Amino acid sequence: MAGAKEIRTKIRSIRNTQKITKAMEMVAASKMRKAQDRMNEARPYAEKIRNVVSHLAHAHPEYKHPFTLEREAKRVGYIVVSTDRGLCGGLNINLFRTALNDMSRWSEKNVEMDFAVFGGKALGFFKRVGANIVSKASNLGDRPEVTELIGAVKIMLDAYDEGKIDRLFLLHNEFVNTMTQSPRALQLLPLPHSGEEELKRHWDYLYEPDAKEVLDILLDRYIESLVYQGVVENIACEMAARMVAMKAASDNAGNIIDELQLAYNKARQAAITQEISEIVSGAAAV
Amino acid sequence: MTLHVDIVSAEKEIHSGTATVVYAPAEMGEVGIYPRHAPMVARLKPGEVRVATGHDDEELLFFVSGGLLEVQPHAVTVLADTAIRAHDLDEASALEAQKQAEQAMHDNASEIDFAKAKAEMAQAAAQLQAIRKLRKRRR
Repeated sequence: MAGAKEIRTKIRSIRNTQKITKAMEMVAASKMRKAQDRMNEARPYAEKIRNVVSHLAHAHPEYKHPFTLEREAKRVGYIVVSTDRGLCGGLNINLFRTALNDMSRWSEKNVEMDFAVFGGKALGFFKRVGANIVSKASNLGDRPEVTELIGAVKIMLDAYDEGKIDRLFLLHNEFVNTMTQSPRALQLLPLPHSGEEELKRHWDYLYEPDAKEVLDILLDRYIESLVYQGVVENIACEMAARMVAMKAASDNAGNIIDELQLAYNKARQAAITQEISEIVSGAAAV
Repeated sequence: MTLHVDIVSAEKEIHSGTATVVYAPAEMGEVGIYPRHAPMVARLKPGEVRVATGHDDEELLFFVSGGLLEVQPHAVTVLADTAIRAHDLDEASALEAQKQAEQAMHDNASEIDFAKAKAEMAQAAAQLQAIRKLRKRRR
């Protein structure tokens, strides 16, 4: 009977684990939906700014903002967005692998790199591999605010302004659907040229105070909103990945319980059979 | 005649609708935008954006902590900041982020150890693969 008892405690402990993973799965599912909503809410702002920026670029071809000028790459900056917590499958690993591929390409060309990291996982990883981290922001929670990101982004923008870095990339996970998230490297600076053609008829905005200042502030906001979107999208990815991982864990726990239940039944049956045969043989001896 | 008004922040859409006139706190003084205004881009300072919807003198109030105003003849877009932005405030948060990074880095050489990183990746990938295999076998 001792074997059966051990199996029973094992089943109980696995059942407890299964309860936890199931709860995490459901929490992740509801958080994912909210994160997706936030992802969609952030879109109009970036689109509006992009429209104004592209108009400005066309209306003032003579004024070149440093953000639009292509320079030879001697040092590049990366903004890496990761999760703060684990238990989300291979999400961060896949992202870091993409980062490493990019990084080794740059280092072959003797280009140095600076990193701004969001999230504890990226900090841990890039610290361990000895990358040069210039800014970090972690513990952003589920609903980050733009204000929490400004500092880290500003360091990179300033470095670009001062010529310390010549490229700026954003690395984050792209939310394809619930089952699929793929790492993506997006070039922030210099701003990639949009393929739009010349304006059909020439008109221009009135600027207050003047075009240059407005463009400055617009571009800063634009980059910030892109980073914000990356962060929010990454959260949606995190939740989706966690949901899938926890679902798999719950399923596995269910399978193990089934197997153990079978073993338990067999052990119990064996014990009963043995007892009966003992009684019967005892009665026969009398 | 009406205007289409969108008030958006980086985090969400705050308001979308039609209006007969929109007042906004531009940096050089409050501006009132009527339909068929000339195209304009202006910087906003913290203040109220007022939207007159044209229904029974209804006026909607929105507080913005700065941002940008874009005006087209039949559309007004307010790109609102969610927080007060000033140069030194931004500077302070930048310094904060930098300080944190330095703290996290202080015992680290700044040479990227690719071999180590690759090994770590390979290990993690192997783990994932093993998990996947285990799962398949179980089925």
